[in-house]
Amino acid sequence: MGSLSLFPEQASNFAAEVDYLYLFMIAVTVVFTLGIFAAVFYFAIRYRRRSDTEIPVAIHGSMLLEIAWSVIPFGITMVMFGWGASIFFKESRPPDNATQIYIVAKQWMWKLQHPEGQREINELHIPVGRPVKFTMTSEDVIHSFFIPAFRTKQDVVPGRYSTVWLTPTKAGKYHLFCAEYCGTKHSGMIGWVYVMEPNQYQEWLNGGASMGSMSEKGGKLFDDLACSNCHKQDGSGRCPSLVGLYGKHVQLADGRVITADEAYIRESILQPTAKVVAGFQPLMPTFQGLVNEEGVVQLLEYIKSLSPKPGTGAAPVNISTPAGEFKPIPQGVAQPAPGNSVPKGR
Amino acid sequence: MHSEEQTLALREQFDTAAQQRDASTLGMWIFLITEVMFFGGMFLAYSIYRGKYPDVFAVASSSLNVYIGAANTVVLLCSSFTMVMAVRASQLGKRSGIIFWLILTLILGMTFLGVKAFEWNEKFEMHHVPGMAGFHLDGVGTSQGPASIFFSLYFAMTGLHAMHMVVGVGILTMLIFQAKAGKFSAEYWTPVDISGLYWHFVDIVWIFLFPLLYLIDRHLK
Amino acid sequence: MITAAVQQRENYLNSSYGLKSWLLTKDHKRIALLYFATITLFFFIGGIFATLIRIELVTPESDLVSAETYNKLFTMHGVIMVFFFLVPSIPATLGNFFLPIMIGARDLAFPKINLLSWYLLIIGGALAFFAMFAGGVDTGWTFYTPYSTSYSNTWVIATALGIFVAGFSSILTGLNFIVTVHRMRAPGMTFFRMPLFVWANYATALIQVLGTPVLAVTLVLVFCERLLHIGIFDPALGGDPVLFQHLFWFYSHPAVYIMVLPGMGVISELVSTFSRKPVYGYGMIAASSLSIAVIGFLVWGHHLFVSTQSVYAGMVFSFLSYFVAIPSAIKVFNWTATLYKGSISFETPMLYAFGFIGLFTIGGLTGLFLASLGLDVHVTDTYFVIAHFHYVMVGGTIMAYMGGLHYWWPKMTGRMYPDGWAKLSAGITFLGFNLTFFPQFILGYLGMPRRYAAYPPEFQVLHVLSSAGASVLAVGYLIPAIYFAWSLKYGPIAGANPWGATGLEWKTSSPPPTHNFDEIPIVTHEAYDYTTVEAEVA
Repeated sequence: MGSLSLFPEQASNFAAEVDYLYLFMIAVTVVFTLGIFAAVFYFAIRYRRRSDTEIPVAIHGSMLLEIAWSVIPFGITMVMFGWGASIFFKESRPPDNATQIYIVAKQWMWKLQHPEGQREINELHIPVGRPVKFTMTSEDVIHSFFIPAFRTKQDVVPGRYSTVWLTPTKAGKYHLFCAEYCGTKHSGMIGWVYVMEPNQYQEWLNGGASMGSMSEKGGKLFDDLACSNCHKQDGSGRCPSLVGLYGKHVQLADGRVITADEAYIRESILQPTAKVVAGFQPLMPTFQGLVNEEGVVQLLEYIKSLSPKPGTGAAPVNISTPAGEFKPIPQGVAQPAPGNSVPKGR
Repeated sequence: MHSEEQTLALREQFDTAAQQRDASTLGMWIFLITEVMFFGGMFLAYSIYRGKYPDVFAVASSSLNVYIGAANTVVLLCSSFTMVMAVRASQLGKRSGIIFWLILTLILGMTFLGVKAFEWNEKFEMHHVPGMAGFHLDGVGTSQGPASIFFSLYFAMTGLHAMHMVVGVGILTMLIFQAKAGKFSAEYWTPVDISGLYWHFVDIVWIFLFPLLYLIDRHLK
Repeated sequence: MITAAVQQRENYLNSSYGLKSWLLTKDHKRIALLYFATITLFFFIGGIFATLIRIELVTPESDLVSAETYNKLFTMHGVIMVFFFLVPSIPATLGNFFLPIMIGARDLAFPKINLLSWYLLIIGGALAFFAMFAGGVDTGWTFYTPYSTSYSNTWVIATALGIFVAGFSSILTGLNFIVTVHRMRAPGMTFFRMPLFVWANYATALIQVLGTPVLAVTLVLVFCERLLHIGIFDPALGGDPVLFQHLFWFYSHPAVYIMVLPGMGVISELVSTFSRKPVYGYGMIAASSLSIAVIGFLVWGHHLFVSTQSVYAGMVFSFLSYFVAIPSAIKVFNWTATLYKGSISFETPMLYAFGFIGLFTIGGLTGLFLASLGLDVHVTDTYFVIAHFHYVMVGGTIMAYMGGLHYWWPKMTGRMYPDGWAKLSAGITFLGFNLTFFPQFILGYLGMPRRYAAYPPEFQVLHVLSSAGASVLAVGYLIPAIYFAWSLKYGPIAGANPWGATGLEWKTSSPPPTHNFDEIPIVTHEAYDYTTVEAEVA
């Protein structure tokens, strides 16, 4: 747009509310600024010095006034706080049916993977109207995934996943910027987001050469890296079966119970001795250096595919057994009686 | 209005000796508070990583020589005692007493540093120095990274502490020479007093460092 | 009329001559001038970097300088302006000069430590300049890891070492001020009779003493990480890069109050003198300075809202950030109320005070935008933040500093500067400043990120406006440099109290004698008591 626009386009479900909050804050700012300016201006002129010897009466203050002009502004700031916090809270709660897109940032480009398999660099195609959740990590330094038209931004940090979600509401082409200084070509780490009508998006999806979905690629990696030698699907290997793992509660050797989320799975691949499952030995070698972040997210998608899809009614179940053994329960399979299935190598 | 003449006990910016003494003491206390904030940053980093890697930290901590650490603790506690005696001697204006107790404190301080040097040398030999090739801690498997963090914090914190001890040793040496030259008296003993405060502070930092670094989860091993 | 003969009186400037008498001085007034010369030099060097930045940003492409060079320019601009100019500025110059006099003391509690503080700033500055001339540093003044510890190929350690040393300069100044205020007040000078400028510097000193050591230890960890790869901020070794941000901002947020509180202290003095009334709500202003110092330590997480900090931590920090805004608002209201039924005169210092009130109000209110979580997600790391902090630091602190310089110049030097040029410069500065930084709010909301050497062409018009404003602003700073220098030799001789102000500094001669007072005063009235002042006929 030309130089006259003051706002980026509103292209996400958050944009309008953020803009309204902004306008509210501008209104408050204008009122107080003009108020102070007017008071200063008026007093300066009305009470300008008329003689060199005049000494005005000393007025020391009024506690009532102090309280008033503390409490009232505080009340207004609490509105700002509450409104901003509610938007932020919504931004931190992606819906269960959000499409998962993985982003790996590196100096100085954005690498995006769609679950269906499409890979993009510095470009993102998404359909209008469908919520999308980005799970992101960096290969090197801290970057920040910023799309002004969506009013969203989230730092992308090496060594962990960060997420941001939104629902695009308007088709169009929007800037993508890296917003955390990351070195020489920081200002070149930019791209475009294409929000498309659903049918055009489907065409775009189909147009890409079929190279397998992310979970298919992940499955292939799983075999190539010999994970399947130990992590057998029926649990007969030296290591826990990963079927049904994603989203479940896991009991660890040190007694803690944690949820098997993306971060846990990634850590278990790269630093397996950090959280050893109860009842198993710390035998797993580290795959740091053998698989990069893009491979890790593919493995993640594969492992997720071994669980029932969220929203289908299968609630996470606490399945750590009293004896400290861990066995995930695939959907529909009867649980063996405790004591019958001591893992080998114990 | 008072005369322009300055004495040790009354610099020209002060009105009375008591004011000067109060100001010096307050100044040293504030300086020690800044030191608390300085060490505090490292203690915070240590606490955070200990919370994150409790097992690795327990193994790493167990590899430290707790007997030497305890001995050094006793040495420092004794040195604080001898320092207090030196301050007392200065309050009473006993020149030979000041020198005697300061020298004892100095010896104990140097003992601490010597023992520390020995400990660090052991670490070099055991390949527990992060950043050097061949760093390896037994018993933590592939978690060498967090082990490296433990030892880094160990060296950083004990190193910072040792640096403060060296400064303290320097201060004690200076005080000994000044005492010999007859600088202190029952009217003017502030430098000994505030140096004592500094010395006690350095001691207290060690009292925190020792359990934090040497004693955590030791009973589990 | 003051004649030249009076000028021959012994004062701190002519009591001794020669380089040694300055470089080894223990006189807080001379040390203040040493600092003044030093930070003025740093200011103009930081300003040159700013000039190059703004010229580069006139065009969307990175054509004047390479991206590498640009990254060094904004880093060094930030490092110099924050650590070597703004943090020392008012306390080390005006505070050093006037705090002892205002409370009726002969000097600070520890004059030799005061001199040491200056030398530490020089050494720190030398290290930072070495880094700059040896090739520069490109991490941003915030040194975020792991870029600064594992990726940057520039002089990170030298720069960080310079900042480390300068930090101790700041700590010792703070220590000196606290002890002086507690132990060196003249008889009758109770805490609540002290001028508000002293309160402001006292609150600042508390922050300097408590916050700066944390920066020091953070920089030590950065050195260790960079030299030895110990892993503390390196995720591959189990370290946490965001931990750096927490440690860094734990100091750097209170640091912004180190930078603005003394400025607010100056404004209290100016508004009172040029309205000839006590500051309205003296107690509240003193209390608000202390509140800002305390609460300022509790809000650092508002720099980490999008850093992967937890949502709940974000909410706590957002809430507390609104809390810390209220004491600043209270000050603005109280200064405005001071004007009511006052006797207002429009001398140059007062013009700067008006400028401060306007620009700090805008800058402070835009801080509220940033404290709001949902809004911050959009505008953080954009030009909106740059505009916000320049409004409070330049439109606020530097305006206050200029106002203070113009106010106390006759007292420090015994000379007056040309009135017309001074008022003109104040106006030029105000206009140039707004033209430079207001467009940046708009740029920020449109999405223009920070630290970009090149940008999409649709942002160009706003950048051109901003750069045009910067050239005007530069003029606004250059003219005073010239006439202040001119006034030292050719300015009219100033009397003891040209403004008819209250305060002990105006009871002594201009320039003051080395020992400040021939006789230590005994204080019997409240601060800002104009009934006892004999206004000089100019």
